[in-house]
Amino acid sequence: MSDTQSMGDPFVRFEKVQKSYDGEILVVKDLNLDIAKGEFLTMLGPSGSGKTTCLMMLAGFETATHGQIYLGKDPINDVPPHKRGIGMVFQNYALFPHMTVAENLAFPLEVRNMSKNDIETKVKRALDMVELGIFGNRMPAQLSGGQQQRVAVARALVFEPDLILMDEPLGALDKQLREQMQYEIKHIHERLGVTVVYVTHDQAEALTMSDRIAVFNDGVIQQLSSPSDLYERPQNSFVAQFIGENNKLSGKIKAVSGDVCTIELDGGGGTVEALAINIGAKGEQTTLSLRPERIEINPDKGSVPNTLKGKIEELIYLGDHVRTRMSVSGNSDFIVKVPNTHGHKLLKEGETAIVGWMTEDCRALDSLPST
Amino acid sequence: MVDATINNGNKSDGLLTDDGQSLKAKLALATRRNKTKAFLLVAPLLFFIVITFVWPIGVMLYRSVNSPQFTNAFSSTAVVIKDWDGQGLPSEEVFTAFVADMVQARKDRTIGKAGTRINYELPGTRSLFTGTARKAKKLEAPFKESLIAVNEKWANPEIWAAVKRLSSRYTLSFYLASLDLKYDKSGEIVTQPEDRQIYVTLFLRTFWISGLVMLFTILLGYPVAYLLSVLPLRTSNLLMIMVLLPFWTSLLVRTTAWIALLQREGIINDVLVFIGVISDENRIQMIYNQAGTIIAMTHILLPFMVLPLFSVMKTIPPSYMRAARSLGATQFTAYTRVYMPLTLPGIGAGSVLVFILSVGYYITPALVGGRTGTLISNVIAGHMQQSLNWGLAAALGALLLASVLVLYWFYNKIVGVDNMKFG
Repeated sequence: MSDTQSMGDPFVRFEKVQKSYDGEILVVKDLNLDIAKGEFLTMLGPSGSGKTTCLMMLAGFETATHGQIYLGKDPINDVPPHKRGIGMVFQNYALFPHMTVAENLAFPLEVRNMSKNDIETKVKRALDMVELGIFGNRMPAQLSGGQQQRVAVARALVFEPDLILMDEPLGALDKQLREQMQYEIKHIHERLGVTVVYVTHDQAEALTMSDRIAVFNDGVIQQLSSPSDLYERPQNSFVAQFIGENNKLSGKIKAVSGDVCTIELDGGGGTVEALAINIGAKGEQTTLSLRPERIEINPDKGSVPNTLKGKIEELIYLGDHVRTRMSVSGNSDFIVKVPNTHGHKLLKEGETAIVGWMTEDCRALDSLPST
Repeated sequence: MVDATINNGNKSDGLLTDDGQSLKAKLALATRRNKTKAFLLVAPLLFFIVITFVWPIGVMLYRSVNSPQFTNAFSSTAVVIKDWDGQGLPSEEVFTAFVADMVQARKDRTIGKAGTRINYELPGTRSLFTGTARKAKKLEAPFKESLIAVNEKWANPEIWAAVKRLSSRYTLSFYLASLDLKYDKSGEIVTQPEDRQIYVTLFLRTFWISGLVMLFTILLGYPVAYLLSVLPLRTSNLLMIMVLLPFWTSLLVRTTAWIALLQREGIINDVLVFIGVISDENRIQMIYNQAGTIIAMTHILLPFMVLPLFSVMKTIPPSYMRAARSLGATQFTAYTRVYMPLTLPGIGAGSVLVFILSVGYYITPALVGGRTGTLISNVIAGHMQQSLNWGLAAALGALLLASVLVLYWFYNKIVGVDNMKFG
């Protein structure tokens, strides 16, 4: 986490934060997280991983059992939600159903005792920003899901907070609309330069929108890095498995020399080399992580250092590539993506083939209990 | 397909199916089976409602304007008195018919009913009718003079004015009486003398007490419903049972429990005397007056407010309040500007329920109301059971029904029935 230290003064800082609801189980375990001003940070994780709890603590709806949260330089544990000045977009938008769209947007300005004129101009500007200028007099129920979503975003932005929290805001939309809204939110963030903390369980959403992603599991941040690092350089097996598609092979560490280690595979496939990222001592178990698109089928001899024999179990034609399920070294769910390029290799189910990869593309991580 | 399109263009009665029949007729045929089935399913309830609800209300409305007791007994008088102009005394012809009717009525034993009926119009005339009827057989022409000889009250034109009014089978006099009005001797509508004005006061008191009970149930029920809606399910279920428990207890038991608590020698007074707040001589009168009625009715009707409120509050997600807080509203502002308006449908439904139920409340005010806490329904019951003036009881009941409908109409105008949620 060297990049967080070089950030200078963080805008939001979680310091040794712990949270328990029942006094027995820690939902959030010792969380340390710095968020820079203007950053788009996503908290990503399966449900129950503690990400929403963190967001609620930041918003002020939950209190940290231990530790302190800072906004700017001020500790905010004892600041009530309405004094934090944080905009929030809720999972189901939480637009007030008895107010029109314009009244919804005016609400945060009215409670701040702004003048009527100011309110009118700001509401109009916010509505224009999300391209809903003509919908001011509609009731929220008369809008489509996507329009409601935009109103919710506009309402969180209209009082010009420096920090916006979004709690799975796109979860209720269909796929196409979700992708469109991802870009819109991203563009609004770039245009206004606000800091956004975004919670989702959808990794594609996280990869598309974020500057940095914090992957949560079991109340702990498993990895905090940029989307590309997260995908290409996962630090542990959970992250490798959670982000994107992953092939795992388990084995025993035979030798370590510098960055590279030699692994003897459990399935009797033989010995391969991998990058030593997160491993124990010699003789201990490890899990290798391999992205399906980095594997070559029937490579030219000598072109890749690591090769294994496998049996082709299933071929699924997906247009741009052929998804090939193989059994390799005891793993019958070993996926290889064969690109549908001109003159690509023709494969048949039931055939035996060689799979090969570069040592840099195979990462030896902590051992997962085999499933 | 082409034919159908052409038909469609030429015929004005809509689309046609392939075999040339109207689509509407076909559809009606296809849905008739389902409609019949649905009707058969509701038929028993419909039948029950018609027998036990529509019919009795119809009878009641009819009774409130129908008064045949007098014309049944004095049918020939009723015919001839129509020609009387109301000046002085009627002609001898009327007196002749009257005495003949009286003789017949005594024989048929209908004179008592007729006397009772005319007594409503002109108090104190029942005995005049029954007393004269005993001697009617012996009367001789000219009947005008001989009747007056029996009792000089027969020379009073007011009696004949009343007889003329009753010569029609249909009358508004019950409604007039319900509104503390009456016909004077010239047939004009005038207010009752002050010592006989009771019903308007009672109507107003009924609405006033119902309004207070409604207000108190809102004040007491709102926090309870809110608590129920935010507590975890297990606790809220327990609380809900406690709310409903009075529901399952007999109304009589609950009302008498209040008597035990509130009476002069009751628990509350005893405790107050014991801790020295009041002296033994100055025990507070909390029951057998309006206070007693209001306290007991508020308690009994509370569940009718809590349940609709609860069912509305349960559907308000906590994220609305959170959104309001995060947008900068204090707890109080968030509550009054976001939460309260969203519970209005529940308040509306609960208020209508409680108000309409209290307007017709009978047992509780009868037991704990005393003189000042009696409601209109107690008087209606009195006319049904004691004075046996069913016509007046029916008119009072019809007015009560009408006023509830008017209030409901107003409520619908202001709040909108569609905004109401009963749960």
